[in-house]
Amino acid sequence: MSPLTLLARLGRSTLAALAAVGRVVLFAASTFSHMLRPPFYPREFLIALLNVGWLSLPVVGLTAVFTGGALALQIYSGGARFNAEAVVPQIVAIGMVRELGPVLAGLMIAARVTSSIAAEIATMKVTEQIDALVTLSTHPMKYLVAPRVLAALLTVPALVAVGDIIGIAGGYVVSTQSLGFNPAAYLKNTVDFLELRDVISSLCKGAAFGTIAAIMGCYYGMTSGRGAQGVGRATKGSVEAAAVLILAANFALTGVFFSL
Amino acid sequence: MIRLQNVHKSFGDNTVLRGLSLEIPKGTSMVIIGGSGTGKSVALKSVLGLIQPDSGEIHVDGKPAHQGDRDAFLARFGMLFQGAALFDSLPVWQNVAFRLLRGSLKRPKDEARAIAIEKLRRVGLKADVADRLPAELSGGMQKRVGLARAIAADPEIIFFDEPTTGLDPIMSGVINDLIREIVVEMGATAMTITHDMTSVRAIADNVAMLHEGVIKWTGPVADMDTSGDPHLDQFIHGRADGPIEAVR
Repeated sequence: MSPLTLLARLGRSTLAALAAVGRVVLFAASTFSHMLRPPFYPREFLIALLNVGWLSLPVVGLTAVFTGGALALQIYSGGARFNAEAVVPQIVAIGMVRELGPVLAGLMIAARVTSSIAAEIATMKVTEQIDALVTLSTHPMKYLVAPRVLAALLTVPALVAVGDIIGIAGGYVVSTQSLGFNPAAYLKNTVDFLELRDVISSLCKGAAFGTIAAIMGCYYGMTSGRGAQGVGRATKGSVEAAAVLILAANFALTGVFFSL
Repeated sequence: MIRLQNVHKSFGDNTVLRGLSLEIPKGTSMVIIGGSGTGKSVALKSVLGLIQPDSGEIHVDGKPAHQGDRDAFLARFGMLFQGAALFDSLPVWQNVAFRLLRGSLKRPKDEARAIAIEKLRRVGLKADVADRLPAELSGGMQKRVGLARAIAADPEIIFFDEPTTGLDPIMSGVINDLIREIVVEMGATAMTITHDMTSVRAIADNVAMLHEGVIKWTGPVADMDTSGDPHLDQFIHGRADGPIEAVR
C-alpha cells in the first residue's frame, strides 16, 4: 500500500470520526433545546424517573457495597506492607466518593439504562412507532428523548450519593467486623477526612455520567438500522460508547476538580 | 386535493422516486399499487414529511405541504401503518386516543376514553379490549386498533400503508370493508398503498400503478382491467413475464 493511499484512508477515517462526534453533539444540543421548550410530557418524565432512578437502585447499591468491602480489604492488606493499615476509613471514603462511587454507578447505568433505552427506541423505530408519533403531532425528541435525559441528569447524582454511602457502609462493615476497627473511630475518621469538594465532584460526575448514558442510548436508538440486527447494533454501540465516554469524562472531570 | 409534482427521492445510490406526479381529488380514494421497492411507501411518507424529497413539489389543498404550522398540517391526517405501529407501553384506548390526550386536540381524559371506545366499536372491537396492551391482541385486532387510532380525531385525509399485509383473507376482507365504509362515511380523502388486488377493488375509486419511481398508469378502478398498459396488466394478473422484471 502506497503512503498516499494510507494517508487517504487515515484522512477518511478521521473525517468519519469527526462527523460522528458532530452528529452526537448536535443531537445533544437538540435534546437540551427540546428539554427547555414546551410541550412537556410529565407522565413520560415520571416513568423515566422510575426506570432510571428507582429501579437502578438495587444494582447500584449492590455494586457499591461489594466494592466498598473489597476496597477495605485491599487497603488493609496493601497498607500493612508499610504499616499504614489505619488509613482504611479515609481511603475507602475518598476512593468511593471521588472515583468508584460515580464511575461504577455510571457504568452500571450504562449497562442497565443505556441498553434499555437504545433497544426500546430502536425497536420503536423499526416498527414505525416513531413515524406514528410524528403523524400524531408528537415530536419524538420531546416525547422520547428529553424526558429520559432529564430523568438521568437528575436521578443519577442521587444514585451516586446513595452508592457512595452504601460503599462506605460496605467498607465499614468489613473493617469493623473482620479487620478489628473501632466503629466510632471509623465513622469519625471517614467524616473528618471527606471535604465538601469531594462530595460535589461526586454529584457532578453523576450528573455528567447520567446525561452521557441517556443521550447515547437515545442517539443510538433514534439512528438505528433496520431489523433485529439494527436493534442489536444500536444496543451494543450505545453501551460501548456510553462506557468509554463515561470513563473519558471521569478523567476530564477529575482533572477539573482536583488538578487545578 | 393532494398533488405530487415531479417528486424525486434517492437514498445514497438507490434512486427510488424519479419524477413522481400524481393528483388525488378531494373526497376520493386513491390506491397506489406496484411491486416491492418501487417507492410506494416513500411517496406516502413524503406527503406527510416523514421523508424529505430531494426535489419536486407536494401540495395539499393548493398549499405547499411542508410550509406553515406543522401541527395543524398533521392534525388533518390519520394514518394506518403496515404493522399497526401501536405503542407497546400504552393500553389500547390510550393508543386510540393518543392525539386526544395531548397537544392542540387535547380533551379531558374521560371524554378521550369515551371517544376511543366509540372508535373501537366503529372498527368492530368491544369495549373490553380498551384496557388491554397491544401485545395481547391478534394481528387483525391490532390493525383494527390502528384503524381506530387513524380515525380518532376525524381527519380529512387518511393514509393506509399495506392495510391487509399479514392478515388472513377473511380478516383482509373485514379490514377492506371497514376502510371503504369509514372513508365514505367520513367523506375523507384516502391514499392507500398495497399490492393486494382484492384490496384495490374493494377500496379504490382511482388506481395508480407505480413502477421504477414513476406512475405508469392512473385512472378509475373500473378502467383498470381494460387499461392496455402492459405494466398494469402484468401486475394485476400476477404474471412473471412482462415489462416488470420478476427478479428485482
